Amino acid sequence: MPDLLTIENLRAGYGEAVVIPDLSLRIASGEALAVLGRNGVGKTTLLDSIIGVTRRFGGRLAVDGRDISALSPEGRAAAGIGWVPQQRDIFRSLTVEENLTATARPGPCTLRRVYEMFPRLEERRTNMGSQLSGGEQQMLAIGRALMLNPRILLLDEPTEGLAPIIVEQLLAQIRRIIREEGIATIIVEQHARKILKVTDRAIILDRGEVVHDAASASLLADPRPLEQHLGAIAKGAAA
Amino acid sequence: MMTDTSLSPLLASPRPNERVSRDLLRRGRWKPAEFVFWLIVAASFFFLPDRHLLLSEIAILGLFALSLDLIIGYAGVVSLGHGAFFGLGAYVAGLTSIHLTGEPLTGLVLAALAAGLLGLATGPLLLLRASDLTRLMVTLGVAMLVLEGANQAAWLTGGADGLTGVMIDPLLGRFEFDLFGTTGYAYCLIVTFAFFLIARRVVTSPYGLSLRAIRDNPLRARSMGIPVGRRILGLYAFSALIAGAAGALLTQTTMFVSLDVLAFHRSADVLLILVLGGVGYLYGGLLGAIGFKLLQDWFSAITPQYWMFWMGLVLLVVVLIGRENLNALPRTLLARFRKEGRT
Repeated sequence: MPDLLTIENLRAGYGEAVVIPDLSLRIASGEALAVLGRNGVGKTTLLDSIIGVTRRFGGRLAVDGRDISALSPEGRAAAGIGWVPQQRDIFRSLTVEENLTATARPGPCTLRRVYEMFPRLEERRTNMGSQLSGGEQQMLAIGRALMLNPRILLLDEPTEGLAPIIVEQLLAQIRRIIREEGIATIIVEQHARKILKVTDRAIILDRGEVVHDAASASLLADPRPLEQHLGAIAKGAAA
Repeated sequence: MMTDTSLSPLLASPRPNERVSRDLLRRGRWKPAEFVFWLIVAASFFFLPDRHLLLSEIAILGLFALSLDLIIGYAGVVSLGHGAFFGLGAYVAGLTSIHLTGEPLTGLVLAALAAGLLGLATGPLLLLRASDLTRLMVTLGVAMLVLEGANQAAWLTGGADGLTGVMIDPLLGRFEFDLFGTTGYAYCLIVTFAFFLIARRVVTSPYGLSLRAIRDNPLRARSMGIPVGRRILGLYAFSALIAGAAGALLTQTTMFVSLDVLAFHRSADVLLILVLGGVGYLYGGLLGAIGFKLLQDWFSAITPQYWMFWMGLVLLVVVLIGRENLNALPRTLLARFRKEGRT
């Protein structure tokens, strides 16, 4: 499959601090990539850099061969990148439906499709964003990103802080998005084992560098790289 | 990628679907309290003929505050220099009457456009640094520059002496601006209502939806593809345009304009009015202007030397008890009484 997102020698961080010293990555169209690693190794910074909210010191990012390095976050969203941030950041003074439609772009992913994926959102369509539970907020954040009809979806710890049953439901929907919508997806996640079942490929980051890059299935079959680089987290996750 | 052929063209279009449009229309629908408010305002023209001059001031101040509410309440942009647009509008209306035509509507349009252009030109300064403090300083700085510019250009503005010779023709060629302010009040009322309608349409449209998203979280709005800078700039220029129109109304109804229209207290007063009335629902500026002017009028009548003291006290009460606006004051007090009644 041709590369959809190309990251070449990315050097990025916040202010004067360099979090990612030199990172290169390619993601094919429709591919699902898990980004794993301990806390503070640059997983979120990688997603932030793709959407363009970090400081880029060097390197190049391209979507479908088009250089997006100099584009603003709104330009990158227009180029086809949808972002579900860790904090969800629902627009609190908008209703659920307004949250979904305020930034909608044309494409197959419509309001109806989002409601099919997350029926709970339709039930709460007139509720304000501030009135939602954590799980509903996460559904809304994913739905809002899907309404952009992105070609690449960035999910930053989508299951963080959610009850196990909600995590299962959410992962099932994420799996559905990946399989049915054909959107290239990058997922940063602590639940390594769960997310490996959903993704095609996984990378492990350490100090902002890719230290392992393999098919998710092979990591599930042989979790030693996970244990080596993630230590106790991987053991816990694999349990 | 899967596509659902059963979806209606509307659903597949970039526009929100029918239901969303319906919801937006519902949100934009007039509420009974709004009808009551405007009916009372219209009735004031007929039932308070002795107070037309004061009511004109209130309408002008209300329009000015409404313009500030647009940027503070709907885009989260604070300003301490909105008086620059008000003052520019006032001067342009005055200069138009002296050098071009005394026809009031032409002066009003030119004044509004000039202020809108100044807003468009200075708006990008607000985008350089998005912190509230920076924006306060930038807007204050712009207002000071405009004030000093007007002061130095005495050959044009009359400097400290003010612009004399402003003569306004009868409205629509028929209605003379009289000493009692009757034509002036009708004119101010109609212009204020017209701009209110436009502003209301803007904030209840999908454009307004994106503005609220920006106010909630500008960074997230950007990453969702909303052109935050362009939207803020557009709203800022629109807000400046309305402030300019308010300034023009003042010149045209008083037939005089001086550096006072650009003074810092104009910007501070309008901010105070907005705090009194409450931000983010358009009526805050109008209610705040009514409250501010009536209180000012009353306090200055009963205690001419200390009216500012009493105004300050009222502001403190409103901010501390009324959850930052007059509108919420009765509700808060009622809730307190009920709470005390239960204990």
